[in-house]
Amino acid sequence: MPLLSTLVLIAVTQTPTSPEAGSHPFDDVAKVLQHPRCMNCHPAGERPLQKDTQLFHKQNVSRRIEQLGHACTTCHPGKAVPGADLPPGAPHWNMPSARVPMVFEKRTPQQLCEQLKDPTANGNRTLEQLRAHMAEDAIVKWGFSPGEGRSVPPLSHEEFVRRVDAWLAAGAPCPQHPLAPQKPATPPSVAPTPSK
Amino acid sequence: MATLSRRALLKAGLAVGGGLLVEVSMPSAHAAATPVAFEPNAFLRITSDDVVTFILAYVEMGQGVATSHAQLIAEELGIDPAKLVVEFAPADRRYDNPLMGLQVTGGSKSTSAGWEPYRMAGATAREMLREAAARSWGVPRSECVAEDGAILHAPTKRSGRFGQFAEAAARLSVPEVTLKDRDFRVIGKSVQRLDAAAKVDGSAIFGIDVKVPEARAAVVVRCPVPGGKVKSFDAAAAKAMPGVEHVVQIPSGVAVVAKTYWHARQAAAQVKAEWEEGPLAGFSTAALLETHRKLAREGGGERVRSTGDVDAALGKAARVLEAEYTAPFLAHAPLEPQNATAHVTSSKCEVWAPTQSPGLLHEKVKCLLGYGGDDIVIHQTWIGGGFGRRLSAEYALEAVEVSRAVGKPVKVVWSREDDMRHSPYRPAATHRVQGALDGQGRLVAWKHAVVTQSILGAVGKDWVRTMFAGAPGFVKSMVAGIAVPALSSEDETAVEGADTLPYGIPHVAVDFIRHETGVPVTFYRSVGHSHSAFATECFVDEAAHAAGQDPVAFRRELLKYQHRHRWVLELVAEKAGWGTPLPEGRFRGVAVHKSFDSYVAAVAEVSVEDAAIRVHRIVMAADCGRVINPNLVESQLEGAAVFGLSAALKHRITFENGRVQQRNFHDFELLRMHESPKIEAYIRHNEAPPTGIGEPGVPVIAPAVANAVFAATGKRLRDLPLTLDSTS
Amino acid sequence: MVKLVINGVERELDVPEDMPLLWVLREVAGMTGTKFGCGAALCGACTVHVNGIATRSCVMPVGTLAGQRITTIEGLAQGGVKHPCQRAWMELSVPQCGYCQSGQIMSASALLAAQPEPTNEDIDAVMAGNLCRCGTYPRIRAAIHRASELAKQERVDLKAAIGVAEPKEGH
Repeated sequence: MPLLSTLVLIAVTQTPTSPEAGSHPFDDVAKVLQHPRCMNCHPAGERPLQKDTQLFHKQNVSRRIEQLGHACTTCHPGKAVPGADLPPGAPHWNMPSARVPMVFEKRTPQQLCEQLKDPTANGNRTLEQLRAHMAEDAIVKWGFSPGEGRSVPPLSHEEFVRRVDAWLAAGAPCPQHPLAPQKPATPPSVAPTPSK
Repeated sequence: MATLSRRALLKAGLAVGGGLLVEVSMPSAHAAATPVAFEPNAFLRITSDDVVTFILAYVEMGQGVATSHAQLIAEELGIDPAKLVVEFAPADRRYDNPLMGLQVTGGSKSTSAGWEPYRMAGATAREMLREAAARSWGVPRSECVAEDGAILHAPTKRSGRFGQFAEAAARLSVPEVTLKDRDFRVIGKSVQRLDAAAKVDGSAIFGIDVKVPEARAAVVVRCPVPGGKVKSFDAAAAKAMPGVEHVVQIPSGVAVVAKTYWHARQAAAQVKAEWEEGPLAGFSTAALLETHRKLAREGGGERVRSTGDVDAALGKAARVLEAEYTAPFLAHAPLEPQNATAHVTSSKCEVWAPTQSPGLLHEKVKCLLGYGGDDIVIHQTWIGGGFGRRLSAEYALEAVEVSRAVGKPVKVVWSREDDMRHSPYRPAATHRVQGALDGQGRLVAWKHAVVTQSILGAVGKDWVRTMFAGAPGFVKSMVAGIAVPALSSEDETAVEGADTLPYGIPHVAVDFIRHETGVPVTFYRSVGHSHSAFATECFVDEAAHAAGQDPVAFRRELLKYQHRHRWVLELVAEKAGWGTPLPEGRFRGVAVHKSFDSYVAAVAEVSVEDAAIRVHRIVMAADCGRVINPNLVESQLEGAAVFGLSAALKHRITFENGRVQQRNFHDFELLRMHESPKIEAYIRHNEAPPTGIGEPGVPVIAPAVANAVFAATGKRLRDLPLTLDSTS
Repeated sequence: MVKLVINGVERELDVPEDMPLLWVLREVAGMTGTKFGCGAALCGACTVHVNGIATRSCVMPVGTLAGQRITTIEGLAQGGVKHPCQRAWMELSVPQCGYCQSGQIMSASALLAAQPEPTNEDIDAVMAGNLCRCGTYPRIRAAIHRASELAKQERVDLKAAIGVAEPKEGH
């Protein structure tokens, strides 16, 4: 883990995406997790959300389809057929299970952070395993290059992983200022010209 | 019924390959004016191997005609309808719809047009088989009975299959037959759909499934503005794509021909074309709506109905009501995308297409290629939904053009996006209605202006040309020059349902204000009724409310002398429990309307939550005369309710800058299973001659829902699709 | 070359990996029971089973399915006996134009394999992905309940009926 070099990089690079002075190491992680590309599959209820408007997924889709001979993979392929109106795809497209729903919607960064670390809420994952999901999982990586017509999170995937690592390196602290839950439906930028 | 029988001519003889062929000819409505050689319609073939085949002159696109017409034949022939083999008629004037003078399936006319001839075909064959059997057994014909596909002679306990007597029967002269008018055994029964078996195991061959040896797939790239033409194109990149064989220009665009649809589609995306956008460049539906409203308020146009003195009555009324209703362009969006396969050689042309009018297509191909009529064969297939969309032939003509250009059989397949953006549409329409109530709350005047474009103006020339095919050129131009403009200015399809307002109102005027847009339009399930009933049935509801009366009671009083309207209204009110308490938050709305000679009423039960309209239950009642198959009638009503709800609540076609804004089912949404309400369909039986039911269920749905939404919210929604969300 | 098991038969097909399964079935394997409706997983006419899970073949690049078991409408009947869904569909005269019904039946048979006695809510949850322009939804709903009843009466194993030995849990 090139932790030190990552920290140095963050410290020396004055990119517009650098954390603001005094901000919490989890804040930027939360901003990514609560972007539609991530939050839509981590909703508060049984129904996934869709698009940047974050309305309920059409076709009455809910988590229960997986008990009914259907799945997210009914429509979401391992690799998408290109096209603006076509369902996006990545290997094993899915939602967190009903048992471990890992909700990103309607959570303050503090709640989100605590939930991530709580073994009863995260399916008994270690921080290392959580990092692996965020850093290596194909479906997470898809969120950062989601294809034509879809907005991307405020950080690149590499940058996001660096922020996660920084947060972990700092001992994975959770912010203690209970902000109001981040609202969905903030119209974000649209690919291929993501705001930086 | 008797008049039709007398006019019908019968012919029987040897079938090709042996056996009996019975042909019944119904002189077409236009026969007198048509110098075409008069030929009989062929309907029934019984071969020596005991196969009983009936040739269906109408297309089966889901409305159930392959089952109902089998029942008509089976009733008289004496056979289980499930034993009949259906064969689709090729394009041939012999199969013209006698009520339309064209080989067309539409206008909910297959049942009324088929009611006599199909039974006569069955009865004639039966009599000839009985006679043949009687002669071969040396017994009196009167003792021979046709039953279950066999002739039985009880006294001698003899029996023989139909096939056994088919050849002998074919040599007999054609007898006089009398059709049953009671004690039906097959007619009136809910026979299971005969096409269901082939439609549940993937074996039914729809147009898109046709396999012609060596056929290539073609995708046509069209101008984003309907009607636009190719200015120039660069096909280098497309030609370099795998599987691509040709890129050719045809009148409607640039066709990419490849070994599969997928290859053609991928390559089509690489065609770079410059377009001459044509007259629709810049067209917008938002601007059209403003024009429509302005024209409706200015008045004028062609007065298509006038009773009493409407202006005087409005002038002295105790109370005048006024409302405008709008309906958008709509795509038919049948689930089978447009497609056709054509094989053009130097002297012949074969076309396989899901079409509602083999007759029109045949004539158009003839004109396009300049071949003789006999050198063009149109093969009919199962059709994945019609709704009027397949009355136009442009997709099939594309296949002919491309096949001619590349010299191979070619299947042209449209994508969903192609159909959404290049369909002929249901025309947009605006209705303005003014009504007068007298001091007693009686509706005494109704002034109605309909602003829309003419469908007959758009398609009339083709129809007339086909009806009069074979006539000398000057006759055709005369008819096209006089009849079409005359038909278009008083286009019945624009005002139908408005001009036939059934209510007993002393002063009525209906005006057609024709406003052409250039947008391609065509017939759509229930045609003008699809928007006119929305205006009439919402406005009468507004009048009832203004008069402080119950909407059902108010209508019933105005329908005192319209008993069939009243019957279905009363039946639907009873079945829906009109006036009885509903669960908290639910409200009812009602509508009644006659179209295509059938009468339908509906009650919708809705609730409104967070500005979302949810329809929980639709109750329908219909009177379409004698019912051949109640199960089919019910299924058409159920389907019409769902179709009507999609139009009432979900979708519209809009233009901006000449381009259709919708692409696929995500932005032109159809009702889905979880939104589909409980639907109950009831039949008001009577013995009037049967009329169609494919379309008449549609018109009542939108007004019944809109009226229920008013009951729920106090808001009158007058624009389709209905929405309470002001942001959309 | 992509290897697939289609209706129990192993096939090796010379097709581009990005070609959707729908077109491989229709235009390469010559099986036209699976329908093209929208090309965007919006209508469900192209539904097949992939390892027993209802799958929209129009958006599935065939390369992503290598080695998987595909069942199409042509393979739903077993040993000449129609699946309870097919029989219920006929009994209730569900199809009108019939174009969507292959997909409807494939979705419904996948549902019944996982939930032999589905509630109306279960039906709404999965059948909402299949459009029917003719409006046969009320009959499809009734036919799913009827198929469930038929299977129960006749002791049809609805998992075995679509060739799923082990129920595949959702992930």
